[in-house]
Amino acid sequence: MSSDNGVPSDNAYEALSEGGDDVRWAYGTGFADPLEGVDTTVPAGTNAADLTAYCLMLGDDALIMSHRLQQCCTDAPELEDEVALANIALDLLGQARLLLSRAAAAEQAANGTGRGPADDSDGDGPQPGEDFYAFFRAEREFRNVRLAELERGDFGELIARLLVFAAWRLAVLRQLTSSRDPVLAAIGAKGVKEVTYHRDYAAQWLIRLGDGTAVSRERAQAGLTAIWPYLPELFTPHEIERRLAAAGVAADPAGLRGEFDDVLAQVLPAATLEVPDVPPRAGVAGRTGRDGVHTEAMGYLLAELQSVARADPEATW
Amino acid sequence: MSGDAVSGEGAGGRSWPLWEVFIRGKRGLNHVHVGSLHAADSEMALRNARDLYTRRNEGVSIWVVPSAAITASSPDEKDPFFAPSGDKVYRHPTFYDIPDNVPHM
Repeated sequence: MSSDNGVPSDNAYEALSEGGDDVRWAYGTGFADPLEGVDTTVPAGTNAADLTAYCLMLGDDALIMSHRLQQCCTDAPELEDEVALANIALDLLGQARLLLSRAAAAEQAANGTGRGPADDSDGDGPQPGEDFYAFFRAEREFRNVRLAELERGDFGELIARLLVFAAWRLAVLRQLTSSRDPVLAAIGAKGVKEVTYHRDYAAQWLIRLGDGTAVSRERAQAGLTAIWPYLPELFTPHEIERRLAAAGVAADPAGLRGEFDDVLAQVLPAATLEVPDVPPRAGVAGRTGRDGVHTEAMGYLLAELQSVARADPEATW
Repeated sequence: MSGDAVSGEGAGGRSWPLWEVFIRGKRGLNHVHVGSLHAADSEMALRNARDLYTRRNEGVSIWVVPSAAITASSPDEKDPFFAPSGDKVYRHPTFYDIPDNVPHM
């Protein structure tokens, strides 16, 4: 069939494009700004310094987990999964950018100095605030949970980690949708859709690996066991989280364990995997990732993440 | 650490079957063939299609079909298949006035 008489043409991408769009863009358009029309002032009665720290916590979780996923690029078992993991990494990087920018704005409100303008002055691209937080903070200033930073294992470990991370983060983001901070609520609403897919992807794979061959089951179980000691940290509220949760701004991680356990109780039996019986990995004097106390892997990760920006601090991209 | 996590059955393992992907755009009326991919089964094929072919906001619906299930005409049969309809202009309803309110003719 030809397109002579105006029926959809042979060109698949042309047929997918929306009428009236610039034909140079063969793909879908209509991208939405998740923060469009959202009031970005720090809500009354909210401690701006606490809000800064909280946005760094959630932003760092996404940034560091994204980096671990990015490391799988060119190293995934199949091309299809390589793209899938890169997509997930990009989703998380997008969440990190919004959250670190929010941290910059809140810090500005807290002490009037901030780390550079947080507003979107040139329309797009990394902003000084988010760049500063990502590239020029020291390890002790990162507030991500240790689960995100752990040294990369095999595909079984990655999938186990992604399932736990996504199931937990989805519960966090779902609570954030009703946050008193409109920006956090908007970020939560955007993130819920993304992380729902991440959780689905990881659950599908964990079931395939666990209920697959003897080798894949062994590796999936080993991966689950490797990350399990870092699970309790996810549900232990930092005092800042507790304060902001009481103020109706943050999600209280202590209240999320039920939803998380329900998800795992569906996936693990289907995957014929067992809940690992391993003790939690303690922090240093009770301090863990949320306090800036990290595992050995974190220093190496940051060296890779930050080296280019630090070699040329004036660079723009 | 290396990429052998899933293909742990050893070297020479067969790869997953091929699937054809069809996507309906937001304002498209029909599903359009956009490409193919590998997947172990239909559920995985659907997710892989989502990850490979709808990254740029293209689609609202996906079909996946095992490539093996498609019977295709051969280029060798092009003339006997298609040439005979080339001179039968009367098969097109071009001799009628089409009312303005009939779309997609």
